[in-house]
Amino acid sequence: MSPWGRDPLDIASVKADFPLLSATQDGKPLVYLDSASSAQKPTYVLDAMEKAYRSQYANVHRGVYRMAEATTAEFERARANVARFIGARDAREVVFTRNATEAINLVAYSWARANLRAGDAVVLTHMEHHANVVPWHILAAERDIELRWIPLTDDYQLDLTDLDRLLDGARLLGVGAMSNVLGTINDVTRLTTAAHAHDALVVVDACQYVPHVATDVHEWDADFVAFSAHKMCGPSGIGALWARAELLEAMPPFMGGGEMIREVRLDGFTTNEIPWKFEAGTPAIVEAIGFGAAVEYLECLGMDAVRDHEMRVTRYALDELSNAFGDSITIYGPRDTSVRGGAVSFLLDGIHAHDVSQVLDEDAVCVRAGHHCAKPLMRILGVPATTRASFYVYNDETDVDALVVALGKTQQFFAP
Amino acid sequence: MAGLEDLYREIILDHYRSPRNRGELDVPPAHKVEGFNPLCGDEVTVYLIVDPATDTVTDIKINGQGCSISQASTSMMSAAVKGKTVDEARALIRAFKALMSIHESKLEGESDGSDLAADLDGVRLGDLEALQGVVKFPVRIKCATLAWNTLQQALDEAGQ
Repeated sequence: MSPWGRDPLDIASVKADFPLLSATQDGKPLVYLDSASSAQKPTYVLDAMEKAYRSQYANVHRGVYRMAEATTAEFERARANVARFIGARDAREVVFTRNATEAINLVAYSWARANLRAGDAVVLTHMEHHANVVPWHILAAERDIELRWIPLTDDYQLDLTDLDRLLDGARLLGVGAMSNVLGTINDVTRLTTAAHAHDALVVVDACQYVPHVATDVHEWDADFVAFSAHKMCGPSGIGALWARAELLEAMPPFMGGGEMIREVRLDGFTTNEIPWKFEAGTPAIVEAIGFGAAVEYLECLGMDAVRDHEMRVTRYALDELSNAFGDSITIYGPRDTSVRGGAVSFLLDGIHAHDVSQVLDEDAVCVRAGHHCAKPLMRILGVPATTRASFYVYNDETDVDALVVALGKTQQFFAP
Repeated sequence: MAGLEDLYREIILDHYRSPRNRGELDVPPAHKVEGFNPLCGDEVTVYLIVDPATDTVTDIKINGQGCSISQASTSMMSAAVKGKTVDEARALIRAFKALMSIHESKLEGESDGSDLAADLDGVRLGDLEALQGVVKFPVRIKCATLAWNTLQQALDEAGQ
């Protein structure tokens, strides 16, 4: 079913676009509140991928027969869609990767290893996902690079008081545009301005941001932006790295193999043009087509409408959780929805996050429990784990109500 | 479909709310071993004293934080091994893991289908059997076995 030609804010019809959301578990309707981990897929994306497999499939950038050319065109159209979606002016600046993690690793292995020397500093934040921490730990150990950290304020935002001192001598700043734990939206533009004043580049982990907020990489003035399709209604197995063309041109290749070469001889090779220089081997062809379709689906809903809707549901969730559980709930993240997204982390007094998630599952309420791949942040918050309910465009107030009811049952179950 | 009551038996909730043997012991003479479950962030610390003359676990204290299953299992483990000989404690570890469908004979590729009986080998698990329901919730098995793996490490270190 095409998403075009209907009121985009009709959430009942948005829900109906996602076949899995009408599923039941033990006869109870599924309440899916784990989209920060991975989003569900609309029929529009599923159909695009099935159509690719059923009626027009071949490898890309190889065959000269018509079907190969048509598949290549669809694959590259997907790239153009993704570029347009994030405000990129040139589709060649979008490199398909396996996911955002691989995109950040591409920056670490290619750009950073060519440019960073012992004694250089990389600045990160206390709220980074492991994907924007561990690649830099690996590099730091290998090259004697210093890692510095932007701390948090009491209301779960970045404390930029010492930013200039932290950036002194830094070559790179890595920041998540939206925290997958706290929901905090960071002021990327302010950070890129500060970093560039110190001749440091900026890599933005936009995994949690691009699916939820209209994104413009030029407005950010970012250097590298990483994100994943599966969190934005697209398939798993594909993500993207956006980078300014002149950066990509100057970077050495990441992985070697087919597709990324222009010429190979017994004594060496030359690289292909960007972005293919960074796409060794047969890519995730149909996943890319699904990624392109996911972008079309979200564009049709309108990212401003998506953001408005999520702010409303998040506001409702924050209010309802506080009203229902008062002092017995701790919510980790800003209360102001203008500076946060729909990932709501919390703890119920005396009940471990995993036990909460387990009891919620009885009511078919799907939430994430654990450290959310942000162990440094968990340590700073002083908690071993949190429960996280995360909202997307297909969630509404009824999902929040179901969460509150199920949490009430959980509290009763574990009551001393 | 396994129900919550299979997982959260009353005795488990009791150990979670009122853990036994909670505290610390001086190191030395005690051996201290920390166990982590990276998936959940569960943490268990075991303080163990083995009397070399009798090869007996004369004292054990536990600490840590985590989900009800990990903390209840730790409490139940401490109650079960206190006063036991090292051999008895090791037999309990083997039996408990068998209860969790982790069979040492199977790990060695000698499974003949009678693993539980073989590994239990006459060991009485008593209250610990309440944790059997965990098997129906595969992601929680690691929560239940954390204390026992930590105990195993503590016994190994105490025996060195």
